[in-house]
Amino acid sequence: MELNSFQQKAFDQQKPTIEKFGRRTWGWTLFFLAWIGFGGYALYLQIADGHIVTGMRDNVVWGLYIANFIFFIGISYAGAVISGILHILKVEWRKPIIRIAEMITVIATLIGPVFILLCVGRFDRLHHLILYPRLQSPITWDVLAISTYFAGSVIFLYLALIKDFAIYRDAKLKVPKWRQKIYKALAIGYRGTPSQKKHIKISMNLMAIIIIPLAIIVHSVLSWIFGMTLRPGWHSTIFGPYFVLAAIYSGTGVLIMAMWVYRRMYKLYDYITDKHFIYLGYIMLVLGAAYGYFTFSEYLTGWFGSEKWENEVLHKLFSPSEYGWWFLFANVCGILLPIFTVAFPKTRKPGWIALASLFMVMAMWVKRYLIIVPTLESPLLPMQDTRMDYVHYSPTWVEWALTLAGIATFFLFFTLMSKFVTIIPISEFADKEKELIKEVSATTSKDSKVVPA
Amino acid sequence: MKQEEINDKSRRDFLKQAAITTIAATACGSLACSCGGGNKHEHHSTSTATGEKVKLLSPDGKMIEVDSSQLHQHDHAMYVSRAEARTGIPGRKFVMVIDLGRCKNARKCVGACQKMHHLPVEKEWLSVKLMKDNEQSAPYWFPKTCFHCDNPPCVKVCPVNATFKRQDGLVLIDNERCIGCKFCMAACPYSTRVFNWEEPKEDLRDYVSSPETSLPSKIGTVEKCDFCPDMVRQGLLPDCVSACPNGVFYFGDENEDTVTNGDETISFKQLIKDRAGYRYMEELGTKPRVYYLPPKERLFPVERGYDALPDNLKARFKDVMEGEKK
Repeated sequence: MELNSFQQKAFDQQKPTIEKFGRRTWGWTLFFLAWIGFGGYALYLQIADGHIVTGMRDNVVWGLYIANFIFFIGISYAGAVISGILHILKVEWRKPIIRIAEMITVIATLIGPVFILLCVGRFDRLHHLILYPRLQSPITWDVLAISTYFAGSVIFLYLALIKDFAIYRDAKLKVPKWRQKIYKALAIGYRGTPSQKKHIKISMNLMAIIIIPLAIIVHSVLSWIFGMTLRPGWHSTIFGPYFVLAAIYSGTGVLIMAMWVYRRMYKLYDYITDKHFIYLGYIMLVLGAAYGYFTFSEYLTGWFGSEKWENEVLHKLFSPSEYGWWFLFANVCGILLPIFTVAFPKTRKPGWIALASLFMVMAMWVKRYLIIVPTLESPLLPMQDTRMDYVHYSPTWVEWALTLAGIATFFLFFTLMSKFVTIIPISEFADKEKELIKEVSATTSKDSKVVPA
Repeated sequence: MKQEEINDKSRRDFLKQAAITTIAATACGSLACSCGGGNKHEHHSTSTATGEKVKLLSPDGKMIEVDSSQLHQHDHAMYVSRAEARTGIPGRKFVMVIDLGRCKNARKCVGACQKMHHLPVEKEWLSVKLMKDNEQSAPYWFPKTCFHCDNPPCVKVCPVNATFKRQDGLVLIDNERCIGCKFCMAACPYSTRVFNWEEPKEDLRDYVSSPETSLPSKIGTVEKCDFCPDMVRQGLLPDCVSACPNGVFYFGDENEDTVTNGDETISFKQLIKDRAGYRYMEELGTKPRVYYLPPKERLFPVERGYDALPDNLKARFKDVMEGEKK
């Protein structure tokens, strides 16, 4: 494959990253593996002793795991929706960041469903989902939707990678034989002929269009697991769009954080510029405002109507002795903080935006927890149970260990992927973008090295 | 179906006794019911060997000898296949009426239910709540079974058809099918369902599994009140009904329009009409098959059910009762 000068430059800069694993990467890999191993031990206990080792009981039948599930599927929207929409709109500045976005999608979609499996009492009977499926159940919809979505996002990521694999294959990288073989196989004979180019382009356009409704279906179906029940705080028509919006929002946040980390770690200031942060910041601001609006109307209608059960859940959310502080955190950091950070020119800087994203993503996790637990702690009939663990849910170390293992898996996959493919897609830079990128970096190079926070 | 169950059972573990019981059941034909519902009350423990050997034909056609002490006589209950257990008893439409005016929280129903279904003390398929609808209204005892809804939210959400609605109105669970996702528990607005958070302490492996008995209970699966269909098949009342000293529970058949609490047998429609029977939380649209008669003209003051309780149970209702005394 012939590379133009700009592609060559981008490749030369990233070559060492994928050629050498490095001591630091080994360190992180082992660290993540250790966490995952610890999670594995927790999982062993959960399987051997039963769900008694978790904090879940007959009233609060779901806990941290489901919150994690919604969270991971949520952040997977970074690649699906953000990258898909930018692709359809032919936004040129998307090109350096699409790979990060789509990697988030694939990895998060892989980890998310593991958490719903952790809620399942009988691992050994998962095949029943296929043997005796009931199409009426939202869980069956979930199984169908998530597996389709996962396949779709893998294809979407892969299509954008084929050209790069061809470049790695032809570049004679200093990597072991087996990796060269993998690159060769994954490049599936791409030589850059006009017909090949055309086909990839068409497929990419198609996938970008398909992946958006797929993503919307996934989170709607997920929200309906709750929305379809007769529980206060869940049984709400707003849940589908609310979840979808929250997902795109948190996905944007994770994308911004990942960009910030990679830019620093691999010195990619020429490609991931301040403009990227600012533009994505704008997207985050709009989504944050819309999410805030949804949140407001959801709680306002519940509070104003003040139905008995709804009131009970709201009381738990507002009262400082129960979930009041968490509720405040979720709304201040999840809505106000990102909006104001991007709104004020003073803080509209990569570092600040990334920091606001970090808090927003944490707040979005808390928000998911607040959707699940207070509702389950408010059954319609009085609990009248003296066993405190049945009345109030508190996660055990097993659940935390597995949660951390999930996060560690996310980072581990990310680390390994960044050592296998270039984070900045090389083939995407056509000649004409050379000028564009130069222009962008020229305007921002002044402060691009200044990283606050 | 039978063969399948037997295979399934022997696969589960090779406990000699369990294997032999099933072989014996097959060999003796009429004793096949050992695995049905009838043996619930006759849970046996391994007795000492007598030395007397009995020849039996195993399912794969081999002659085997077992000690006579390993054979057990069982009630001649009907053998109910899984398919039958899923469709229900033809022509029936079970219904329950609970007379709140008669309940004094004697908790005999709870105990009988736990004994019948081999539940540990902390697990209550049937529970008695102390209800107080608003500040002004008087508290009353409220026995809560599964409502066996005609529009059951739990059945709707099950991804594997493990919980199902039968023609005779019952909502049951096949705990061999259940994957333990707990979605039904989240969906049930009445918090009826309970989960096996750990391995059941009592060894119940001798029972051949049936959705009609919910035995043997399995770790990681959901269970709940089942209206004792195995008892009903034998023409007996569910244990909570017969255990109640005050005749709180009426059980019967809507098609026949009769319900009975063991003492009196009356018209279901007439009872509901005369006593203003209602269904709990009608507004949810779940269409329960359990009706309540309002706590009017009570037989006992509500305190009778509270004062007699041991402290650990008193604690459950403390909030309501103390509010009452003020």
